[in-house]
Amino acid sequence: MTKEFLEGNFAMAEAAVRAGVEAYFGYPITPQTELLEWMSQRMPELGRVFLQAESEVAAVNMVYGAACTGARVMSSSSSPGVSLMMEGLSYIAGTEVPAVLIDVVRGGPGLGNIAPSQGDYNQLVHGGGHGDYRNIVLCPASVQEAIDYTVLAFDLAEKYRIICMVMADGSVGQMWEPAELPEMRPVRKTTPEWAVNGAKGRPSRVLTSIYIDPAIEEVYNHKLIEKWYQIEANEIRFKEYYLDDAEYVVIGFGSAGRIALSAVRAARAEGIKVGLFRPITVSPFPAAQIADLAKNAQGILVVEMNTGQMLEDVRKVTRDVCPIEFFARMGGIVPFPDEILTEIRRMAHEPKNLGGDPRLRWLQRHRDGVLSFA
Amino acid sequence: MVSEVIPQTEVQTVYMRPASLKNVPTHYCPGCTHGIAHRLIAEVLDEMDIREQTIGVAPVGCSVFAYNYFDFDFVEAAHGRAPAMATGIKRVLPDRYVFTYQGDGDLASIGMAEIMHAAGRGENITVIFINNAIYGMTGGQMAPTSLAGMKTTSSPNGRDVETMGFPLRMSEVLSKMDGAGYIVRRSLHDPANIRKAKKAIRMAFETQKRCLGFSMVELLSTCPTNWGITPQDSLIWLEEHMIPYYPLEDFKISPGLEGVKV
Repeated sequence: MTKEFLEGNFAMAEAAVRAGVEAYFGYPITPQTELLEWMSQRMPELGRVFLQAESEVAAVNMVYGAACTGARVMSSSSSPGVSLMMEGLSYIAGTEVPAVLIDVVRGGPGLGNIAPSQGDYNQLVHGGGHGDYRNIVLCPASVQEAIDYTVLAFDLAEKYRIICMVMADGSVGQMWEPAELPEMRPVRKTTPEWAVNGAKGRPSRVLTSIYIDPAIEEVYNHKLIEKWYQIEANEIRFKEYYLDDAEYVVIGFGSAGRIALSAVRAARAEGIKVGLFRPITVSPFPAAQIADLAKNAQGILVVEMNTGQMLEDVRKVTRDVCPIEFFARMGGIVPFPDEILTEIRRMAHEPKNLGGDPRLRWLQRHRDGVLSFA
Repeated sequence: MVSEVIPQTEVQTVYMRPASLKNVPTHYCPGCTHGIAHRLIAEVLDEMDIREQTIGVAPVGCSVFAYNYFDFDFVEAAHGRAPAMATGIKRVLPDRYVFTYQGDGDLASIGMAEIMHAAGRGENITVIFINNAIYGMTGGQMAPTSLAGMKTTSSPNGRDVETMGFPLRMSEVLSKMDGAGYIVRRSLHDPANIRKAKKAIRMAFETQKRCLGFSMVELLSTCPTNWGITPQDSLIWLEEHMIPYYPLEDFKISPGLEGVKV
């Protein structure tokens, strides 16, 4: 295959097609609509299912139904639409059927705007829907990664019978880059042994998320958390840049991580020994890796496009054994490399802060006029 | 002593449990008509010999456990979302029979968007709509189909249409949809009507078999427990109060069903 000039949303759609997705159900919402539009053309062309639902609520329940038949299914949306899907996602989790959801995150809360954001971190990583369940969340930082992780999402979802999300901020969805699409995989012909597809010559099956007897629900909850530890053991993914001799570590995912890499390179050019740790899975969270980095680092800078939702997870696993600082742009504003470079310099050259709330120090810099919002 | 003479007659089976029903007791209250509706569906699937090609979608409500009683594949939807879930199933398995079993709160309140659009799309599924004018499972609250003046645990002084709105006639509404192929209302209050209900359920599945679009049978049903009257009085109450507001009619019959005898 050769590289093509592709938009992130089109690329994720075509990647799903080539990964053998059999049904797509969705609802238009910016900045992911091109994904739905691509599917509206491609899926019928290939004799597969495309349906524009009446709402995200319906779309996710169509995904739920189709997933119960053992078909490879997906939806995509953006933040407010993903909020509407939370009910269905909880049911899907409660039934242990595989499903893939792409969230092209935009500024919020509420209607917010249509610019790139990472404000859905907590919604995707720490729940969203009711009840006790977890999702795998993959974070691409380029069109190529958006393609690769969309394909991976199907494999992980089916391997573990779990929801696998691709959290692409609006810039990953909208940007155009050269990238390589995978070969077309044939649509799977086999049906999983748990699927509901008509009890032909076998005992009837039921797929449900109801366990009215608490003792049985407890067993189910236990099974889910045991499975989650398996996923933690096998599926944590991340990328490391310049960490071998790094005294300082920047941590950022998705676009924030990619922009931070430019800042890290510029800082290296100035002689600051800084590296970048970019989580690919933010759920499961690379806790052990980050804890290890913290043991040897003179400082960690967390960079996000939200008010520090991942920062809280970083602090939880590092337990403030090294100084931690925070920098973010929010509400649909994407940070510039220079802004992050300034923060790296500050971390390297100014007195270290061990303990205390890094987010409060960041806010204080705004109050002091050192930093400014848009 | 004279030995008793047993006359030899041919044994004929005139009544038996349909293969589509499991041999288990149900949790439904005495006098509830869910059991009748279940049995009618099971008989129809048996007669059409489609038990092994059928997937049911259970709702949230008293019939949330419907799949415990039916002996074919089943899924359990979120409240009101059964038509969306059925759509997902039917779209990837278009040669299977897919039906939802929904109560009035599920279908006419929280699931209004899903039912309207399933009908609007002419989704080739069948809906069995149980209208007993009340929320059963949560203990007798006002439903969108509760009659004017009807006392429930959330309309203790009776449904005041000025503040609580009017009861919704879903069959009438859905029959206006171009995608609807078969929409009728029947009742389960006496044997004659039960027989008519069974025919209607059969026709709804025949509609699906012929890909004639969305099919729905609304079944007027009783809830003695939450109505607070005896099973027998419930049947009388249904006939006297529900049928005048919810007439038993054929609201939409696809021309494609012409000549289909059941």
